[in-house]
Amino acid sequence: MSYLTKTSSDQSLRYSKRFAVYSSSSTMNFSEVFKQSNQLCKVSPDGKYLATCVQYRLVVRDFNTLQIVHLYTCLDQVMHMEWSSDSLFILCAMYKRGLVQVWSLEQPDWHCKIDEGSIGLVSSRWSPDGRHILNTTEFNLRVTVWSLCTKSVSYIKYPKACQKGLDFTADGRYMALAERRECKDYISVFVCDDWHLLRHFESETQDLAGLEWSPNGCVLAVWDNCLEYKVLLYSLDGRLLSSYSAYEWSLGIKSVAWSPSSQFLAVGSYDEKVRILNHITWKKITEFEHPATIMNTKAVVFKEVEKRPVVGSEDLSIHQLTMDNLLFSTQSKYEIKQLPAQVPVIKPDADRANPKIGISALAFSSDNRYLATKNDNMPQSLWVWDMQRLSLLAILEQTAPMRCFVWDPRRPRLALCTGNNKVYLWSPAGCVSVNVPVEGSFQVQSLFWHCSGSSLVLLSKEHICLCYVEAEEEK
Amino acid sequence: MPPLPLSSFNVSSNFCTEENISECILYINQELSSLCFPPIFRNSDEMRDLDAVVALNNIHDLLQLHRRAVGMMEELEVEQLKSSSDLHYQHLTNSRLKDQLELSKKENMRLHERERQLETNLKTLQNCLKDAKEEVQRLQGIIASRATQYNHDIKRREREHNRVKERLNQLLIAKKENKQGMEVLNYVGRSDGRRCLWKTGKTESRHEGEMYKTLLNEFDNRQRELMVENIELKKVLQQMKREMVGVLNSKKTCQKEEKQSNNTDQSTLQTNSDDDEPLKGPPEMSCDHAREKLTNSIRQQWRKLKHHVERLDSQASMGQDGDSEEIISKQLHEEETERLKLEIQQCKEFIQTQQQLLQQQLNTPCDEETAAVLNDSYMLEEKERLKEEWRVFEEQRKNFDMERRNFTEAAIRLGHERKCFEDDRAMWLKHQFLNTTFADQMKPQSRRTDEFPKHSGHEEKLISISEERHLETI
Repeated sequence: MSYLTKTSSDQSLRYSKRFAVYSSSSTMNFSEVFKQSNQLCKVSPDGKYLATCVQYRLVVRDFNTLQIVHLYTCLDQVMHMEWSSDSLFILCAMYKRGLVQVWSLEQPDWHCKIDEGSIGLVSSRWSPDGRHILNTTEFNLRVTVWSLCTKSVSYIKYPKACQKGLDFTADGRYMALAERRECKDYISVFVCDDWHLLRHFESETQDLAGLEWSPNGCVLAVWDNCLEYKVLLYSLDGRLLSSYSAYEWSLGIKSVAWSPSSQFLAVGSYDEKVRILNHITWKKITEFEHPATIMNTKAVVFKEVEKRPVVGSEDLSIHQLTMDNLLFSTQSKYEIKQLPAQVPVIKPDADRANPKIGISALAFSSDNRYLATKNDNMPQSLWVWDMQRLSLLAILEQTAPMRCFVWDPRRPRLALCTGNNKVYLWSPAGCVSVNVPVEGSFQVQSLFWHCSGSSLVLLSKEHICLCYVEAEEEK
Repeated sequence: MPPLPLSSFNVSSNFCTEENISECILYINQELSSLCFPPIFRNSDEMRDLDAVVALNNIHDLLQLHRRAVGMMEELEVEQLKSSSDLHYQHLTNSRLKDQLELSKKENMRLHERERQLETNLKTLQNCLKDAKEEVQRLQGIIASRATQYNHDIKRREREHNRVKERLNQLLIAKKENKQGMEVLNYVGRSDGRRCLWKTGKTESRHEGEMYKTLLNEFDNRQRELMVENIELKKVLQQMKREMVGVLNSKKTCQKEEKQSNNTDQSTLQTNSDDDEPLKGPPEMSCDHAREKLTNSIRQQWRKLKHHVERLDSQASMGQDGDSEEIISKQLHEEETERLKLEIQQCKEFIQTQQQLLQQQLNTPCDEETAAVLNDSYMLEEKERLKEEWRVFEEQRKNFDMERRNFTEAAIRLGHERKCFEDDRAMWLKHQFLNTTFADQMKPQSRRTDEFPKHSGHEEKLISISEERHLETI
């Protein structure tokens, strides 16, 4: 066992200490812990910098050395922080004061402040070209488009306040916005170049809940709210390509996801099923069920089992004693459960609105081969489906409800966390549970991958920690 | 009527006496004539001339009549008995049937009653069902009306909300002092480095054009992909068909249906060659006709292959000996697989135990002192046992030594004793010899025989033993 190793990306060891942890034949390095507030921590799109917000300060670090490169001070506590697409600017939004401040990395002296005044501010975001900022005012009165290049300001009226009312195409050329006028839903398509209204058409939904462009930017998926199951597919020029409705009356769609190749549209609903539509006929090709009893499949059921800490069985050397959390924290490992297996189910409260049942999260892997789903009344289990065979591949049963799961942007590898001090990784070769070896307790609330897929950023309530993951992993 | 007793004929009846003979004769004649018998007495004047022949005939006839009458009476009596018993039987059956009829009538009544009850039940249930359906419809109507009510209400509130928002918007816009604005140090260039363009009609049409171009590109890409996929699939189908034909041909030649198969093969080959021709052209030009032909021929071949495989399967399950070289009976095959699976399971378990042991071995703590202590502790038991065994062994060895010493001493003593005994014997013999030479020269044998008995048994034994030993040593 080695405790201090030099990794390939490590340039200057004196700026960061790294502890190597031997955990079931994979080596993962962890960085030290930094502060953050409001879960605001983002990596720049080019992967070089890491920006975190601590109260009213914005700290920008170099990702490899974790050395502070820039430090900016905002006028109030930052509620939302976002990188521009070319990684040159960062916006910090302070909703209480209705302010947005923009900082430049190239020129630290450059400053920009947008004040919405008494009209209030509810959300703020970049446009895909990184030179315009879209602010949504209070009560969703309008969307203001501020330009950093010119003095022009554009207003868009009647935006709809819904789950996902605004979406940009992947190439950043077009923007779709849901609007509501006179009790009817409309969709406007804008050209992001000059914010010219390209198309404006009525949507056949009762109450539009969200819209999303396909990754190839040619099809817009629009879905209704949960009182009616309806998915509409519009072409870029506003023609209705198809409409799909699985059933009537019961609660409908809960989540929607496109596959990265635009071949499939996965629709997760309150009836605990995911329906896959294909891009040629826009008809359902299969549906994935989430039953409580698994039998007769080729799927593997991984169950997380906690090992009780045994003091004295570990190496009683000085190094180990200084990391006291490892002595007393529980290790856990995955065991394979025999089929037929039972998935733990939590019955939702029947009287409340928006019951905790149904598929609330869907995510495709970057190579299109896998789909990960979470059923809300089985919150401890993650289901992984093989898209080539259109069948269940694996189920991960955790000891606590899952908080977050994300796919590696480069490989078919999944990272998830359940709010304890462990991070879990799944790949087709198997899965592993890793303790975060941080002094004191580090409860992983959320995580995301670096764009290169070589590291994970773990966020606890008030801290972040980086986890460097090797490319190859074993079970 | 009881038959006339025959015995009464023997007794002379009081009918005829001496006085009234003529009256009797007349009476009897009358009676006989009424019976159509000839009179027995001639109508002479009061003469008692009895025509015996006629009388006897009459008597015989009368007897026959009587006999016949008796017979008939008996028959009648029998018949009467029969009919009376019949009648009795009929009475009995009649009464029994009457009882049965009563019972079945009662049963009928009961069943009628039951049917009536069930019908009433059915009616009530149908009514309930109807009521329930009506209720459901009513509730559905209520739900629908409530839904429309809510929708209407929501729309109304939404409109009101919109009005409020409009008003708010107006107020905010009207107020010039809302301090809305952007302060920026200097304007930044565009990310792609180009200058911003004015919005004109040209740009609008340009945008339209770009949008349609994007869509067309996408369609083109998709069409190209589908074409490529199509060509691939066609190739695969062609190959499959060729392989199927090949397989079927080889199998058919095995089964001695050559002539027929040749014909069919030729026909299929002909169709195949027909299919190949149009598809040899550029793939984009394949028409529906060729496609249909291809799929049909594939289906045909596949059907043939399927039949063949089914036939082979049934052969295998029956386990015929004809093609036993190639066809293993299904049962044997299954047994083999079972055995192999079992073997695999055993091997896996073995490997697992090995792994566990290895893991245990590796997991022992690498701390030297504790390891040494532990090692010692494992060995301690052995050492103790070993010590115990050594002790026992030592004891036994001592015992053996002692015994050996005792034996040697005993042997030495024995040797000494023997030597003494030999000496004694020599002495005694010497004495004896000396004594006998002096005392009894004449009787050496008797002396010897006399004086020997004291020691004879012992000595004889000794002599015999020494002789034996001597013999043995030799």
